[in-house]
Amino acid sequence: MIPLSHYLILGAILFSIAVVGIFLNRKNLVILLMAIELMLLAVNLNFVAFSHYLGDISGQVFVFFILTVAAAESAIGLAILVAVFRNRRSINVEDLDTLKG
Amino acid sequence: MEFKQFVFYFFATVLVFAAAMVITVRNPVKAALFLVLAFFSAAGVWLLLQAEFLAITLVLVYVGAVMVLFLFVVMMLDINLVRLREGFGEYLPIGGLVAVLLVLEMAIVLASGQFGPERMPEPAALPADYSNTRALGRQIYTVYAYPFEIAALILLVAIVAAITLTLRRRKDTKYQDPGKQIRVNRNERVRLVKMRAEKKT
Repeated sequence: MIPLSHYLILGAILFSIAVVGIFLNRKNLVILLMAIELMLLAVNLNFVAFSHYLGDISGQVFVFFILTVAAAESAIGLAILVAVFRNRRSINVEDLDTLKG
Repeated sequence: MEFKQFVFYFFATVLVFAAAMVITVRNPVKAALFLVLAFFSAAGVWLLLQAEFLAITLVLVYVGAVMVLFLFVVMMLDINLVRLREGFGEYLPIGGLVAVLLVLEMAIVLASGQFGPERMPEPAALPADYSNTRALGRQIYTVYAYPFEIAALILLVAIVAAITLTLRRRKDTKYQDPGKQIRVNRNERVRLVKMRAEKKT
């Protein structure tokens, strides 16, 4: 059998990989969105693991809602990405400095 | 090693490998494909945790819809990869340090025995006629009915927002404006010309 801690450590590793991804690809908006998806996946993994080991289905309900919100978030994020690209011909984060004070 | 353990460690290895490739690979299309692999392996791990409905949803919704959206967008954009890769490894030391600290801190907490097999034993096997989908649906449509409606509303808002953000009117396309058609008056369409009557010869 697999102890709960192994699932949780897997989630922690996944989350840290996503954090490194945000550090590494800070110029590429597409990869940034993918790193956020990875983070949400790690969180969901923890929810499902706890739900199974505590015998409480509510954790899976929350994963369901997180999936919904994450899908909406990535759809809007990609739409903004397309709009930004049309206006500036670039998705480099460094070019998006119109709002700097 | 038991078969279940083998499956878990196999899927976990593939998941970590795919996640690492997502953030390091040069081509965004390849990154999206590795993200598909990561989601698929995660669905395998969720199946081990007896969350069948969510595992299938992850494959259908994420691999089937969201990742296809990602691939479409990545292929639509003409991305200058050289500029995006500038200074790629610049923040690797500090990023790696943060990540290692994160994993270490969480591992200290998680491996302290609170979540070990003694404190959190594997739950008893569910009966053969237990349906994960039915249990989940019963919760969603009774206790969480109101949040469920809000989730539906969020999806609706996302649809409208995504369409309005990307919708544009091209200047060279020809389309009818019914308002303008109705507002037209006679003088714009018909011009009366006064002419002298022709003489009959």
